[in-house]
Amino acid sequence: MNINLTIIAQMFTFGFFVWFCMKFVWPPIMNALLERKAIIADGLAAAEKGQHEEELAKKRAVEILKEAKDKAQDIITQADKRASEIVEESKDTARVEAERIVTAANAEIEQETTRAREALRGQVVTLAVQGAGKVLKKEIDAKANEDLLNDLVAQL
Amino acid sequence: MSSETITSSQYIKHHLTNWTYGQHPDGSWGFAHTAEEAAQMGFNAIHVDTMFWSISLGFLFLWLFRKAAKQATTGVPTGVVNFCEWIVEFIDVSVRGSFTAKNNLVAPMALTIFVWIFLMNFMDLIPVDVLPSIAGYIGATFFGVDPHHVYFKVVPTTDPNATFGMALAVYAVVLFYTIKVKGFGGFAAELTMQPFQSKNTIIQLIFIPVNFLLEFVSLIAKPVSLALRLFGNMYAGEMIFILIAIMYSAGWAMGIFGGFLQLGWAIFHILIITLQAFIFMTLTIVYMEMAHHDH
Repeated sequence: MNINLTIIAQMFTFGFFVWFCMKFVWPPIMNALLERKAIIADGLAAAEKGQHEEELAKKRAVEILKEAKDKAQDIITQADKRASEIVEESKDTARVEAERIVTAANAEIEQETTRAREALRGQVVTLAVQGAGKVLKKEIDAKANEDLLNDLVAQL
Repeated sequence: MSSETITSSQYIKHHLTNWTYGQHPDGSWGFAHTAEEAAQMGFNAIHVDTMFWSISLGFLFLWLFRKAAKQATTGVPTGVVNFCEWIVEFIDVSVRGSFTAKNNLVAPMALTIFVWIFLMNFMDLIPVDVLPSIAGYIGATFFGVDPHHVYFKVVPTTDPNATFGMALAVYAVVLFYTIKVKGFGGFAAELTMQPFQSKNTIIQLIFIPVNFLLEFVSLIAKPVSLALRLFGNMYAGEMIFILIAIMYSAGWAMGIFGGFLQLGWAIFHILIITLQAFIFMTLTIVYMEMAHHDH
C-alpha cells in the first residue's frame, strides 16, 4: 500500500506496452480488417451486379426466344404458301401434260385408224376379188382386170 | 497460510503486503522482511510482485496480439486471430463511438488498457492462497526464507502504484494533447475562463481565480478518480476473497459454505473485472476526446 518507485516503473511499462501495441499490433490487425471489409464490400457489389446482369440476360433471352418464335412462324407461313403454290403449279403442269398426252394419243389413234382402214381396204379388195372370183367361178385374169380393181380400191 | 501460528488479522495483513525490494533506512538495498520494513523504505522501493505480474501479463497480451497481427490476413480468420480481431473490432467501435478527432495513439492505447487491465484483474479470480503459497514454498525451500516473510500479491491492480502509474501516464498523454491541440493559451483559458464568463473585464478578472479553483480540482480529479476507481474495486474484491478464504480455517461446515461464497463472488467478479477494464478504457477515450475538442 506504499506509494514508491513502482508507480514510475509502471508508467514506463505502460508506455512501452502502448508504444509496442501502436507500432506492431494495432496497424496490421486494423489493416487486415479494413482490407477484408473492402473485399467483402467488393464481393457484395459484384454479386449485386451479377444478379442485375442475370436479370438483363434473362430478359434478353425471353426477347430472343420471342423473336425466334415469330421468325419460325413467318417461315412456316411462307413455306405453307410456297407449298400451295407448288401444288397449284404442279396441278397446272399436270393438266397441260395430260392434255398433251391426250392430244398425242388422239393423233396416234387417228393414225392407227387410218392405217387400219388402209389395211382393211386392201383386205376387202382381196376378199372382194376372191369373192368375185368365186362368184364368177370363172377364170378371171387378175391381170386383165387389174385396172378395174384398182379403180374399185380407189373408190373404197 | 492458515497455519495455527498466525491470526486472521496477520493473515489478511500478509496478503495485503507487497514483495518489496528497496533501500532500508540504514542505506543498504534488499528485500523487506515485514510490512513495517517495507513501509520504512519510503519511496526508494519497488514492488517486485506487482512489476512481475503486470509485466508478465503485459507481455502475454503483446505476444498474443502480435501473433494474431502476424497471422491476420484478408481471408477467413480462425482461432486466436479471430478472437483478437473480435477484441480489436470492439475497441475500434468504442473509440469511434466517442472519439471524433484523428489520433493514431488513442485506439492502441485503449486496446492496451482494456486487455492489460482485464488480465491483471483476472488474477483476482485465482484463489487467493494458491500463488502466494507456491511463492512461500519456493522461498522457504530454495532461498531459506521464512515463508511468513514471503509476500506475494498477485493482482497488480490492487496495488495503487499500478493503477496510479497507468492513470498518470494516461493523463500525461491527455495533457500533452490538450496543449498540443489548443496551445498553452487555450489550455490556460480552459482552466480559467469557464464555467463563469462575463463580458465585463473586471468581473471576468474576479471570475478567473474562482474558475481556476473549480477547473483545477476537476483537472486533478480526473487521474485520481481514474486510478482510485480501479484500485478501489479490485482492492475491495480481493479483500472479500481473503475474508472468504479465512473461513476455510474455521471447520469443514464453514469451509463448504466459504467454497460456495467464493464461487458466487468469483462469478460476480468476472463482471466487475471486465467492467472496470472497460470503464478505464472508455474514460481514457473520453479524456482524449476532451483534449481534442472544446467541451
